[in-house]
Amino acid sequence: MMRRVLIAVFMLFSALPALAVNPDEVLKDPVLEERARGLSAHLRCMVCQNQSIDDSNAELAKDLRVLVRERLTDGDTDEQVLDYVVSRYGEFVLLKPRLSAKTIALWSAPIALLLIGALTMILFVRSRPPLKTVTPLSDEEKARIDELSKG
Amino acid sequence: MIIELGHFALVLALAVALILSVVPVIGAARRDAAMMALAPVGSLVLFALVAFSFGVLTWAYVVSDFSVRNVWENSHSMMPLLYKYTGVWGNHEGSMLLWLLIIVLFSALVVIFGKNLPETLKANVLAVQAWIASAFLFFILLTSNPFLRMNPAPAEGQDLNPILQDVGLAVHPPLLYLGYVGFSVCFSFAVAALIEGRIDAAWARWVRPWTLAAWTFLTAGIAMGSYWAYYELGWGGWWFWDPVENASFMPWLAGTALLHSALVMEKREALKIWTVLLAIMTFSLSLLGTFLVRSGVLTSVHAFATDPSRGIFILGILTLFIGGAFGLFAWRAPRLKSGGLFQPISREGALVLNNLILTVSCATVLTGTLYPLVLETITGEKISVGAPFFNLSFGLLMIPLLLAVPFGPLLAWKRGDVLAAMQRLYAVVALSFVAGLVLYYIENGGPVMAAAGLAMACYLMLGSLADLWYRANFGKLAFNVAWRRLIGLPRSAFGTALAHFGLGVTVLGIIIVSTYETETVLEMRQGMTAEAGGYTLVFDGMRHAVGPNYTDDQGHFTISKDGVVVADTWSSKRLYTARRMPTTEAGIVTFWFSQLYVSLGDAMADGGMVVRIWWKPFILCIWGGCLIMMLGGFVSLSDRRLRVGAPSRKAKVAKPVTPVMEPAE
Repeated sequence: MMRRVLIAVFMLFSALPALAVNPDEVLKDPVLEERARGLSAHLRCMVCQNQSIDDSNAELAKDLRVLVRERLTDGDTDEQVLDYVVSRYGEFVLLKPRLSAKTIALWSAPIALLLIGALTMILFVRSRPPLKTVTPLSDEEKARIDELSKG
Repeated sequence: MIIELGHFALVLALAVALILSVVPVIGAARRDAAMMALAPVGSLVLFALVAFSFGVLTWAYVVSDFSVRNVWENSHSMMPLLYKYTGVWGNHEGSMLLWLLIIVLFSALVVIFGKNLPETLKANVLAVQAWIASAFLFFILLTSNPFLRMNPAPAEGQDLNPILQDVGLAVHPPLLYLGYVGFSVCFSFAVAALIEGRIDAAWARWVRPWTLAAWTFLTAGIAMGSYWAYYELGWGGWWFWDPVENASFMPWLAGTALLHSALVMEKREALKIWTVLLAIMTFSLSLLGTFLVRSGVLTSVHAFATDPSRGIFILGILTLFIGGAFGLFAWRAPRLKSGGLFQPISREGALVLNNLILTVSCATVLTGTLYPLVLETITGEKISVGAPFFNLSFGLLMIPLLLAVPFGPLLAWKRGDVLAAMQRLYAVVALSFVAGLVLYYIENGGPVMAAAGLAMACYLMLGSLADLWYRANFGKLAFNVAWRRLIGLPRSAFGTALAHFGLGVTVLGIIIVSTYETETVLEMRQGMTAEAGGYTLVFDGMRHAVGPNYTDDQGHFTISKDGVVVADTWSSKRLYTARRMPTTEAGIVTFWFSQLYVSLGDAMADGGMVVRIWWKPFILCIWGGCLIMMLGGFVSLSDRRLRVGAPSRKAKVAKPVTPVMEPAE
């Protein structure tokens, strides 16, 4: 039953035409608005499936968008806005998780894998016998070939 | 009655699949011709049974037989006929049946095209296919049966999810599954090779066309899904790094790597063990994708925990096949002899680099997709991994790969010369730098990185043409001689060039649209105008319309440039009556490769409408590039070498040591 409800909730949100920022929310200062849009793309809509608050039209997303804009107008830096939102909603709200003990594996995975892969390749190449270089024929051999091909 | 026949056919199919899973393997081990001969016949029978069963379900949808629970849940008598057909796979049970249909279809295709496959290999491959089919038949019959009846039968259905009532999504799942499930053939070939304990060039020749076909369909499926999301969801995004998208993208990345490593194996008999491993990994990712999408685990870890029967079942299948295949690999792979040697700087070396980066990016996507699930399961802490993470990590990994693409085909097999390849690419680099600057100028500046990105896209496109140019030896030979050489090049050369060119086109589209798109959000009343991308839009007002199973609020916009009307479009908000579910139908106008995208928001109290207008420059390049890549796939598939078919093993044994000149391709 619970699953049905959750699916229904999911369907509801996923199907709502996601219409994001409304004209009344837009800040007058284009530089601040630009920053607000950038920050919004990094913040998760808490009640949606994998949508940023910039893309979502859920009430909660709207509240967060307004909150971000308020903080920006009050003179917060981008980092301060994110800190504030995280302090209220937790790390879950960030679409790009911060580097910490619990995300170290996530962030280091690409680099570690690349290094391991490259290292394996190098070791593999070294372990194999080098490609034999072809020594050119000596004059004697060439002469012998000529002789044979004539005959 | 006919519903029960469909149900019965599915049960019968399970029986056939189980026999097919066992008998040919024993036959192959004992070299018993009669037992092995069961494999082709059985595979065709299996296909016929599943096809019949699928046909029955389709029939139930077409005639709106609401006594079938699955039809009642996902159809409506007023729904357009097309969506009655496609509604069959617009739900869990039906889409699993489609999955099954495609896997047995591929088995049947192996039978049809595999006439001269070595008997033991064919028997083993078909048996492994039957293992997978059996597992999914069990899954469908035990947890996801589409043929269950309802008594009494309801008079009307609950309608198909409105966002699925669309041509794009109608063709998306079959294409995607043709790719997804197509990799099962590579998997089966790999497992069969491990069972036999031998791999040779004939094996690689057999695997390559299947990889190519699956890859081509998967490319089509992903592109279709992306375009669908773009026009249907109403906010103009085309890729969201959603776990469901990632589920289809990971097999694509692994499959692309497989395509390239199979090439090395076919031509040079090197990378055998790696190719087998990659074939196993690719299909494992397809299975993982099926698990992620079908188990409900993505919706929420908790949703999965409350009704885990389906999820646990697929997880079981997943563990069995992936674990089994890797176990078999660990046991048998050391027996395989490794083949041809090569220098690090060579065509093989370039393809190894391609494989390294593609596999690492695939692993990155996998980590990002599963990390939140794993972390929450272990520690209970919730984090999100979304688009910003993937754009950064995946984007960075792509740069060296894209830079290396034009080099690969220019290097010789076995031992290459980077400097010579670079010399050949000088002109390409210079031209693409200029082209990048020109585009940068046309689009009115922007971040400097954009110019670099544009140059990179041009470099990919020109680089693929350069490969053909040098092979035909234009510039050195007289034009008509070179032209004849060009015509005479093997089709696979054109396939490669097309696929790499298409990649460049896609990259171009991605870079331009992400840098230069504009978005305008405003409240418009009748007669008001707005500007976007150099065009002027006039809002002419709203009208109400009624469709077969929905009502529409449509806004009309007239688009003009320099005072001349060039187009008009309707953009609407739609309400599907049965489910009371709203959707947006954006108004999209195409100008060459660019599009104007108009989407309606809420109606305001004073009679105005919130309107969102995007200018999407070069956006069609994103999918156009995918079409070119697909075309490359088909051209390569039509190569004479693949059509004539692989030489049978006997023929190879007959003339053992004749050194054959490898054409430089």
